[in-house]
Amino acid sequence: MVNSVEIRNLDLSFGSVEVLKDLNLDIAEGEFLVLLGSSGCGKSTLLNCIAGLLEVTDGQMFIKGKNVTWAEPSERGIGMVFQSYALYPQMTVKGNLSFGLKNAKVPKAEIEERVARAAEILQIEPLLNRKPGALSGGQRQRVAIGRALVRDVDVFLFDEPLSNLDAKLRVDLRVELKRLHNQLNNTMIYVTHDQVEAMTLADRIAVMKSGKIMQLGSPDEIYNKPKNLYVADFIGSPSMNFLEGQLEGGTFKKGGVVLPMTGYQYVNPLQVTDRPVTIGIRPEHVVTGELVAKAPVQSEVTVDLVEPMGSDTLVYATLDGATFRVRMDGLASVGVGQTLSIGIDPAKASLFDKKDEARI
Amino acid sequence: MVDASVNAMTGPSGPKPKRVFSSTNIIIYGTLLVACLYYLLPLYVMIVTSLKGMPEIRVGNIFAPPIEVTTAPWTKAWSEACTGVNCDGLSRGFWNSIAILIPSVILSIAIASVNGYALANWKFKGSEVFFTILIFGAFIPYQVMIYPIVILLRESGDGITSFIRLFDSDAPNFRLMGSVWGLVIVHTIFGMPILTLLFRNYFTSVPEELFKAARVDGAGFWGIYFQIMLPMSLPIFVVAMILQVTGIWNDFLFGVIYTKPETYPMTVQLNNIVNSVQGVKEYNVNMAATLLTGLVPLIIYFASGKLFVRGIAAGAVKG
Repeated sequence: MVNSVEIRNLDLSFGSVEVLKDLNLDIAEGEFLVLLGSSGCGKSTLLNCIAGLLEVTDGQMFIKGKNVTWAEPSERGIGMVFQSYALYPQMTVKGNLSFGLKNAKVPKAEIEERVARAAEILQIEPLLNRKPGALSGGQRQRVAIGRALVRDVDVFLFDEPLSNLDAKLRVDLRVELKRLHNQLNNTMIYVTHDQVEAMTLADRIAVMKSGKIMQLGSPDEIYNKPKNLYVADFIGSPSMNFLEGQLEGGTFKKGGVVLPMTGYQYVNPLQVTDRPVTIGIRPEHVVTGELVAKAPVQSEVTVDLVEPMGSDTLVYATLDGATFRVRMDGLASVGVGQTLSIGIDPAKASLFDKKDEARI
Repeated sequence: MVDASVNAMTGPSGPKPKRVFSSTNIIIYGTLLVACLYYLLPLYVMIVTSLKGMPEIRVGNIFAPPIEVTTAPWTKAWSEACTGVNCDGLSRGFWNSIAILIPSVILSIAIASVNGYALANWKFKGSEVFFTILIFGAFIPYQVMIYPIVILLRESGDGITSFIRLFDSDAPNFRLMGSVWGLVIVHTIFGMPILTLLFRNYFTSVPEELFKAARVDGAGFWGIYFQIMLPMSLPIFVVAMILQVTGIWNDFLFGVIYTKPETYPMTVQLNNIVNSVQGVKEYNVNMAATLLTGLVPLIIYFASGKLFVRGIAAGAVKG
């Protein structure tokens, strides 16, 4: 199968600042890829490079097998949706949708047809004769998506499209986007700093940090088997608990904490040697109550702080001198100062080498 | 409990009443009134004088309203007053000024807006240096450049003449120096730094994503300029127009240097009428002529005041 987008050894620097460094990425036809990272990690820059809005310093880029490294944005077969919608304020919705087609000299009848079809898919037919100023945020973003839709492109690029919307609309449009992807089956590349968006939308997520891809994988892999400490820490809210200790003969030891790593899948089972390690345990993988008895490892912690969030309760406790977060059921009753029995399954934990922070 | 509820009934409620004759108000409005008088009194004297006949003026009471209102000074100023050998009043200067104004304003705004757009959105290698040099141009005193430009206009006029003569050996001399077109070029050049700055700052304030979206939609340099940027920038075009119209209309220095008596703009002609030393000083005609000359910028300000403020607020101050 031909990859929809291929990026080969891409470099980009602004003067002496290297933003992207030797980046390689293959995106399959019809895939929904999310570029995830904190601000300044180069994810938007990468998207702008794919769109052709930034000139690359080195490397190549292919879309549908065609080398587009030097091509203009409009020649690449991409459509782009921006965070601030970027609708042309003086044109009606219809004018916004047809602007690209007019520039491409598409016959009038076909423009009408395509605009009508996009408007139908996005349910913006009643808005066609309004100006962007008279639309709500959600409607504007829908028009912005429509502008990419009418152009019948191979690849959709989204630059944090939901960040300007309020929380409820964001969830609604997220679902709508997923539905749209199922319906159209286009390749979509989506930039966000919101991990919930990334987890829910993506076929694959690329977690980026300072211009490099830290891990590329399915949401499940990213969440359950983070390749390094950065990804482990970045994904998940509340974030993972980390304990620094020593791996000795297949057992994690740190002061009073002893965790035999039975059932843990090592990346390279033949090369497990004793060394200083960091263990990561997700707050939601810690069990309490009746389940503790069934867990392979049991321990006790003292509760410092309780954050009830309705659907679940977040407990901040102390384990061997370090803060330890536990996610409990929303109905659980815990009080500050109480001693809490917890159960941990080492198979669900993650071990990282202390030196290079890579998963072992 | 009881006390509190009684207080709630009788105590302060709603907006706090304001005294009309507070000391603050007296100071503010008093200052404004003085400032108004300061500016309006000369205007009043001018209007009143321009409506009087010479015998009334000789009485010497400049603040007195005219006893016998006459429009003769206005007619004389417009169509009969003599400057040099021409005795057709300010009307000649008025049309000259119009002929200078319209092409200068259109040309300078057209070039400067494209300049500003390119500098804001199509950054090229050295565009910042280019911009700095252009802005630096705004700070060089005009007087330094006057004579070089005289030579420049004369020589390029000669150059164009010899070029035309390649095709038509009997063609008359083509002159830039002393012609309306020479002055148009000078005004266009001198308007460039400030206008480019104005447009660049305005276009920089337009969200960059809009420009990116247009590029993805396949619009090129001119497509984005005409279809996206231009329709969004009416206020700044109005500001530029006002700046240029008033600036060019009020210009005296360039007008007197780069044109000749037949093509003098209105300001130069006004000066020649007012400062003529022969015969009686006709104050009423002078006043009328001055008012006539000032009329164009005045009308422009009144007609576009609101847009002017909007444009200044949107583009020039910010950035």
